[in-house]
Amino acid sequence: MLKNRIIPCLDVKNGRVVKGINFIDLKDAGDPVEQAKIYSDGGADEICFLDITASNENRDIIYEVVEKTSKKCFVPLTVGGGIRSVEDINKLLNCGADKVSINTAAVENSKVVIDSSKKFGSQCIVVAIDAKKNGDKWEVFTHGGRNNSGIDALEYAKQMEKNGAGELLVTSMDRDGTQLGYDIDLMSKISSKVNIPTIASGGVGNLDHLVDGIKTGKASAVLAASIFHYGKYSVKEAKEYLDSKGIPVRI
Amino acid sequence: MNVIIVDYGSGNISSVINSFKEVANDKVNIEVTSDLDRIKSSDKVVLPGQGSFKSCVDALNKINGLKDTLNEFATNNKKPLLGICVGFQMFADIGYEETETKGLGWIPGKVSKIDNQDGKYKLPHIGWNQINIVKDSKIFHNIESNSHMYFVHSYEFIPEDKNVISATTDYSSNIVCSVEKENIFGTQFHPEKSDKIGLKIINNFINL
Repeated sequence: MLKNRIIPCLDVKNGRVVKGINFIDLKDAGDPVEQAKIYSDGGADEICFLDITASNENRDIIYEVVEKTSKKCFVPLTVGGGIRSVEDINKLLNCGADKVSINTAAVENSKVVIDSSKKFGSQCIVVAIDAKKNGDKWEVFTHGGRNNSGIDALEYAKQMEKNGAGELLVTSMDRDGTQLGYDIDLMSKISSKVNIPTIASGGVGNLDHLVDGIKTGKASAVLAASIFHYGKYSVKEAKEYLDSKGIPVRI
Repeated sequence: MNVIIVDYGSGNISSVINSFKEVANDKVNIEVTSDLDRIKSSDKVVLPGQGSFKSCVDALNKINGLKDTLNEFATNNKKPLLGICVGFQMFADIGYEETETKGLGWIPGKVSKIDNQDGKYKLPHIGWNQINIVKDSKIFHNIESNSHMYFVHSYEFIPEDKNVISATTDYSSNIVCSVEKENIFGTQFHPEKSDKIGLKIINNFINL
């Protein structure tokens, strides 16, 4: 039986791990290579790096981080943040990333997803959707949550599946950093809309939120950052909890 | 000993390289090349593969003489070869991803899309699934049935001769996820991404 995945996410800025509350107030939580190794040794099913480096001159640091991490980590490594082109994807894969997560570029230029999934295979193309509720629908945001594209998130999810995405990483902007739990309504709507796996993200504060993301949100995988970084829970504890709730996990 | 990872432009092989180097630990020479003479003189070959069946076969055919060299290595000289993911699928006669494409034909059979049962099963089949070991395989030495391996694929290899199957995994149906036919080994899952247990499989292959 296929297991639901738990994916710790490390926000990386200038080569260091940080995690913000609602995308601001960054705190330093350590070295990405060491953190990734601790997570993979602790049973993480995948590791996700989100590069939030703003300046162009520091953008190359992520390649070194990925290269070093992939020599130590033998579970899948997904890298996102600042990916603009097929060439950027190529570089990250060559450094040892197994998948890339594309956000802004997927909105601005549909060819990036179409071309990269043809060239490298859908299995390594994750489209990250940052969605925020507006009335009775959700809109897709870009540029780390700063710009509203006005695009309907559900329609967009379907379109990305058609364009060749292998997975969708769905982050609720409303919930991110709040520790109030995933936006389950958004998750379940997107999960039912597409036939590719979805990853729930944004808002985890306790282990029941992970359960909800899978059971009610119908996500194939759950992503979380803060609850793991600051030692509130270990990945092992999270898995044991999910297991006790009847969710299939790799233990 | 010399183990060659065939670099034929089949997509991302850095994880395969990293894992083999980690396991080899400088005791075994791991080389990444598509040089025909190097392949001919090597002890073992790893054939990775990502992307579509067609794109991998096309990439293989683009390198003059590579297919013949691999044929000679695996079927005439009967030296150990491990195919991973699409590298494994290419053992088949034929694949149906994108368009009907001829494979290497080492293990009679076909590669077709996993039946998603009208959307009941999401594709790609991504994540950790348990393997059910159905026959002794040298690469499964000290590996228990029900071990978790990491999968990413939408197509499955259906061999004609069921005796070659060494493990299956349950997703929509019993998917063939490992074969052993004499000196030819293949895994649908990614041992290079399957944590310590995956590295053990790589170690078993290196130590054959």
